[in-house]
Amino acid sequence: MKNIKSGDLLFAILFFLISAFLISQLPEQVKWFKKTKITSQPALWCSIGLIGMTIFGFIHLLLKIRFDDLKKELIEGFIWIRSIEFACWFLLYVFLVPYIGYLLATCIIALCLSYRAGYRNKKILTYSLITALSIVLVFKTFLEVKIPGGVIYEFLPGALRSFMILNF
Amino acid sequence: MDIIFSAFEILLRWDVLIALLIGSCGGVVIGAIPGVGPAVAIAIILPATFSLEPIVGLTLLLGIYGSAMYGGSIPAILINTPGTPVNALTTYDGFPMTQRGESRRALSLAYSASFFGGIFSIMCLIFLSPLLAYIAPMFGSREIFLAALLGIILVITAHRGHMFAAAMMASLGIFIQAIGMEPIKYSKRFTFDQSWLTGGLNLIVVVLGLFAISQAILLLVEKDKQAKAVKVTGGLFQGLKELGKHKRIATVSASFGVLMGMIPGVGEFTSQFLSYTYAQRSSKTPEKFGKGSTEGLVASEAANNAVPAAAMIPLLALGIPGEALTAMMLSVFYVHNVIPGPNLFQNHLDFVIALYISLLILNILVLIFLLFSTNSLLKVIEIPSRFLGMSILILSFVGVYSLRNSFTDCAVAAGFGIFGFILKRLDLPIVPIILGMVLGEIMEGKLRTSMMNVKSPIDFINRPITFILFALIIIVLLLQVRTMWKNLRKK
Repeated sequence: MKNIKSGDLLFAILFFLISAFLISQLPEQVKWFKKTKITSQPALWCSIGLIGMTIFGFIHLLLKIRFDDLKKELIEGFIWIRSIEFACWFLLYVFLVPYIGYLLATCIIALCLSYRAGYRNKKILTYSLITALSIVLVFKTFLEVKIPGGVIYEFLPGALRSFMILNF
Repeated sequence: MDIIFSAFEILLRWDVLIALLIGSCGGVVIGAIPGVGPAVAIAIILPATFSLEPIVGLTLLLGIYGSAMYGGSIPAILINTPGTPVNALTTYDGFPMTQRGESRRALSLAYSASFFGGIFSIMCLIFLSPLLAYIAPMFGSREIFLAALLGIILVITAHRGHMFAAAMMASLGIFIQAIGMEPIKYSKRFTFDQSWLTGGLNLIVVVLGLFAISQAILLLVEKDKQAKAVKVTGGLFQGLKELGKHKRIATVSASFGVLMGMIPGVGEFTSQFLSYTYAQRSSKTPEKFGKGSTEGLVASEAANNAVPAAAMIPLLALGIPGEALTAMMLSVFYVHNVIPGPNLFQNHLDFVIALYISLLILNILVLIFLLFSTNSLLKVIEIPSRFLGMSILILSFVGVYSLRNSFTDCAVAAGFGIFGFILKRLDLPIVPIILGMVLGEIMEGKLRTSMMNVKSPIDFINRPITFILFALIIIVLLLQVRTMWKNLRKK
């Protein structure tokens, strides 16, 4: 079958089920006001979106239905679940920054992620550190993007403390 | 003439010029790295531009947008891997030329054709500006609502083979933008009593998740790849001369780029397809297409590079973005309380012209940069893909966290990152989600205000422009039904 990839059916089923669940919540999650034109109802655009999701999701599901290789669908599903690991790495990074500071958190995560990605040689790991440092220098030091200083900086002596909070 | 001088006055500032330089050179580098692309770069850098003045932030983003496709042609020609999705057609004729030992010729011709496409498009727009300034004020709420509706329909129908998927993604975008507290009647919509959902889902957070984090995850999960590019020897100036032999194809292709760029949701792919088909049909050697034809290369590069400037028209004149990159730029306008639309063209034409001139300058900068630095750029093509994934993930943090220093925003972005990763694995369209969000919000607001003066449905289309837009919507829908019916009968 043309245009069908492993995981298509699984995605179509999940999308349709979520749309159907959300549309079932319409009466509770939105309010229809009396004596108000339909075009001014706050519920209108939620309903349009959900009706579209459900109808087109259903047609998409019909187009993707096949039962010849369900194992491949599951394998693809596991790959999706595996991706959660990297989302967790990202959240760990977000969690660490307010405590150990942007510079240290970026360097640690860059090194760990490079190691996790399979790089073992010193050259690539050094490049990871240089990349992390450059990112911090460009965004925090030069562009002054709003990222708060880490709690760890509170333990540094006066001048160094404010220097680190401002620049790293 | 006064407007032109005023536009130069806006541009001739050191911060604007630096933004242009960084944007244009940075865009080329980003475009040259397969797996990054301008959407990822713009999504990451977008929040950082909020602290800059609108003209500085916009020139930086425009620089990346307008120059990435130049850079994207390098890996397309040398290693048969398009740097940006738009450069896919360039591989058809560019890579066979490299295999024949003509990489230098292919690159110089691609640069020249891109340059011609970019300049042609900007010149068209500068001359069209007075006309647009005349037409734009005729667009009231009803016209903008119908134009946004037409835009969303075109975005869906442009996704051939994935039309229903595009429709469900656009609907998802419309639904996502409606989540949270409704601003007129203060009623909650799909918040499930969660306080973090009351403010709704931020467009930038969703964009960063869908484009940047998803790409990082994709690169990290898939097998590590490292390309090897062959060094290019000799100068790259011959293409400028050779382009003279393909004047007709370059002009027609650039015109397709301008026309398609102006129509929301159509953009680069359609313009390339049309110009490539035209070039092949009008060629004396059509059999060479796909096997290293210089005409094919000129057609695809001139067409795709003419699009960015033209795509700014619906954004600036009507406030309606036609694709994801202009949708991201729209948020820069909103952050600075500069509302693009008819008033911008009427009252700040100098600002609009300044943006066009900046596009003109960036094309010149990019050409000079490329003519002298192509061999240095080969190094970025060789960056291993998982290393890129790691870098994008770290960069995504800056984009999301700098918005409000919120862990919740980052968690939402990570969620959309996984969703975007799944969509990318399945080759399902992401852009309709973003356009659904942006155009959905526009449609909601404009429909509400326009209905105040409408008593019967006919009143809605009783003005010339509304009638034309309505007729266009009907025509597009009928044509789509006809195509589907034909395909069904074929099966």
